[in-house]
Amino acid sequence: MASIGKIARRTFLFGAVAVAGGAAFGFYKLTQTPPNPLNPDDGALNPFVVINADGITLIAPRAEMGQGVHTTLPALVAEELDVALADIKVIHGPAAKAYFNQALLGAAFPVTDYKRKPWHDDTAHFLGNAAKFLDLQVTGGSTSTRDGFVKMREAGAAAREMLKDAAAEQLGVKSAELATENGAVIAPDGTRLPYADLAPAATKLKPRNVTLRDPSEWKTLGKSQPRTDMVGKSTGTATFGIDFRAPGMKFATVKMSPKRSSMRSFDPSDAILMDGVEKIIDLGDGFAVVATNTWLAFQAADAVRVEWDDAPYPADTDAQMAKIAEAFDTSPNSTGRNDGDVETASGDTISAEYSVPFLAHATMEPMTTAAKFTGDALEVWSPNQGPMLIRNWCADAVGLDPEQVTVHTMLMGGAFGRRGEVDFAVLAARVAREMPDTPVLVTWSREEDMRHDFYRPAAIARMSGKVQDGQITALDAQVAAPSPSHQAMARWLGREMGGPDAELTAGVADQPYGIPNYRTRGYLADLDVPVGFWRSVGASYGGFFFDGFIDELAHAAGRDPLEVRLELARREHAPSASVIEKVRDMSGWTGQTPAGIGRGIGFTYSFGTPVAQVIEVRDTDAGIKIDKAWIACDPGTALDPSIIHAQMMGGCIFGLSAATNGQITFTDGEVDQWNFPDYDGLRMHNAPEIEVAILENADGISGVGEPGTPPAAPALANALFDLTGQRARRLPLGLDYSLLI
Amino acid sequence: MARALTINGKTQTVNSPDNVPLLWVLRDELNMTGTKFGCGVASCGACTVHIDGEAVRSCQIAVADVWGDITTIEGVGTPDNLAHIQAAWIDHQVAQCGYCQSGQIMQAASLLAQIPTPTDQDIDDAMLGNLCRCGTYPRIRAAIKDAAARIQEA
Repeated sequence: MASIGKIARRTFLFGAVAVAGGAAFGFYKLTQTPPNPLNPDDGALNPFVVINADGITLIAPRAEMGQGVHTTLPALVAEELDVALADIKVIHGPAAKAYFNQALLGAAFPVTDYKRKPWHDDTAHFLGNAAKFLDLQVTGGSTSTRDGFVKMREAGAAAREMLKDAAAEQLGVKSAELATENGAVIAPDGTRLPYADLAPAATKLKPRNVTLRDPSEWKTLGKSQPRTDMVGKSTGTATFGIDFRAPGMKFATVKMSPKRSSMRSFDPSDAILMDGVEKIIDLGDGFAVVATNTWLAFQAADAVRVEWDDAPYPADTDAQMAKIAEAFDTSPNSTGRNDGDVETASGDTISAEYSVPFLAHATMEPMTTAAKFTGDALEVWSPNQGPMLIRNWCADAVGLDPEQVTVHTMLMGGAFGRRGEVDFAVLAARVAREMPDTPVLVTWSREEDMRHDFYRPAAIARMSGKVQDGQITALDAQVAAPSPSHQAMARWLGREMGGPDAELTAGVADQPYGIPNYRTRGYLADLDVPVGFWRSVGASYGGFFFDGFIDELAHAAGRDPLEVRLELARREHAPSASVIEKVRDMSGWTGQTPAGIGRGIGFTYSFGTPVAQVIEVRDTDAGIKIDKAWIACDPGTALDPSIIHAQMMGGCIFGLSAATNGQITFTDGEVDQWNFPDYDGLRMHNAPEIEVAILENADGISGVGEPGTPPAAPALANALFDLTGQRARRLPLGLDYSLLI
Repeated sequence: MARALTINGKTQTVNSPDNVPLLWVLRDELNMTGTKFGCGVASCGACTVHIDGEAVRSCQIAVADVWGDITTIEGVGTPDNLAHIQAAWIDHQVAQCGYCQSGQIMQAASLLAQIPTPTDQDIDDAMLGNLCRCGTYPRIRAAIKDAAARIQEA
């Protein structure tokens, strides 16, 4: 049996599981159910449902970072368990294999989502089992509802039946004679037996196979629910990672090499004398200051005299971009699509080069984690997207076994992929090890956070296409970028990854457009600038390259850009065509705009969800203002319309923020941006009014956390072209257009 | 040195050094964590509190320089006793990650105290210092207008 390491060396992990057909793990092991990490004696009916004297607690196995999983995942359980969301408590739960994300790897099954047949889905689901061996209890890839859609309802139904069985035994009736309603089993005579009273007996019973209710019977799902975290977040009582407090706790910060190198020299002699400073810890590639309050730690960290070694990557942005461009001279890393023959296709050729910069995540809550080390145990309180990875790497950092580490996942003040890394928790564990028996909260300054990110990769695209008789006859896309997947997998699993990475051409290779001659090639840039997953990952730049160029081809063909997209989508994927029709109707698209107004359409299919956006811009004395955005999406099944609306709105604004202002640049090996004044997002006055339509024509269910982001940049760029006649081929747009800031 | 601060109507004695910003006295000395740290340079508004009813960035005010009574998000209302503005925030389901919302609510509360029925331009002018990376602005705008109506009716 091949080890994961061997497979990983042969080919990239996501594909690796499919390529190996699961053989690496063995069929039996793959399908084995991981044990319940919760104690039945505490009222755990299964890993997701705990009922005891304290009430009903549901475990949402994904990280709540704003996307609403602490409402939608419990709603799936509640629908079958017959409890009201208002009556339950939701927690993150521990780090445990039982909470692995089956959809994460399954979603990477190498057949473009919209072309999948049922057997593809079955195979992907089976292969997704590998996530439990890789400790991928990960929130990402817009997979939470996809992963939980059946699993969470089954957990609720199984718990309900166990409670009914317990009641049946107590009453001496058949389980089938019992009903359930609002947290109680209802006896044939109408007597209510509260779940809490039945739970001690129910936890001793075996779960039965259950049949899920038909969606037509749903009472909770499909309707907007008040979010379970909304009161806490509107009253300052929600406890985020940075809000963790414990008796005797110290406050610390870190300052790590801005060149991702070692310290050449380090002199803390002045800093150690400063107010409130208790300890300064040499971490090799940086240092930590432990103090009585976070701000005093920040001040002392700035007073430490330190020199850093040189960066292990090209020192400035121009050299880095040149390195990315060099990748075009190598063999393609992946050929995501090759329909027809772009070489022999007929028509007039149009070519253009596009580029995007590195981007920071810039979560509102800077990186933070609290930790307490007691010699034979480590406890970590961390806002994170991958608790088992946090557990494994923190254990490694302090010389313990993973079983000796307890991870508490805290609420996140934004994540966007950043908290899928482990660095912030590992640093806290390393600091805690030097402060035995003392809880320490390590908080990064905003500057530290901005300059020590794993950035959305910079990327370059060479686009070429052909038009003839009003038709796009060919599209040939080449994209070069460093791979966040390769880098992140190495950080997650400790092994260098190779092989094709579909993320390089995400948003380019997988679009549901019937272009007869359609080829994409991804080129892997050999560049060690730290890069990572950023809301919608490859599609965040691929969407801009692809859709911006489609707009160019449409104009070259003398066609309305919306009509062209509609025509191409109709040939390939009806639900995608429907979202384009929907934004056409919502925005009253005519293809004509008055002077001073510009409109653009953007469309990207990502994470299984087609999203179309029309953006309208207006020339004002203060600059070009983004006035309106109309968005239509199709996640197949809309579990909570209000949350989907929020994600579409937020995803669009996140994409527009990056498109207008976002860029991370380097000088002398260090990031040039420090804080929000030089890495800003849209704000109240320059964010658009937004209308959202949610369609349910697509099969199955897909996520909504990321797909709202990719079409935003091209929709805006295309609107600016409509307004100014100047084509946008690089981001951020603020470099080339006078935007309202 | 020990000094007395009036916070949410209650007098509290604090011992942080003079130059420590109010934000960190609230968070790290008093464990009043509803007020958030976002940037430390007055560019995001997450740390917004009121001093004598005026919205200020608590990351910029040394504790020795506090000139009046302080109100934090904890003093606006509680889960069991919501202020109108918080009820509006909840009805409009504004928060996503929620981290910036304490500051947004404090800024909006100060706006409504000064301009009971703000126009869109008033809202833009008052709120543009408060950053939300989740992009909740359209719902914040709707919640402010709704809160204005609720306060008028009350």
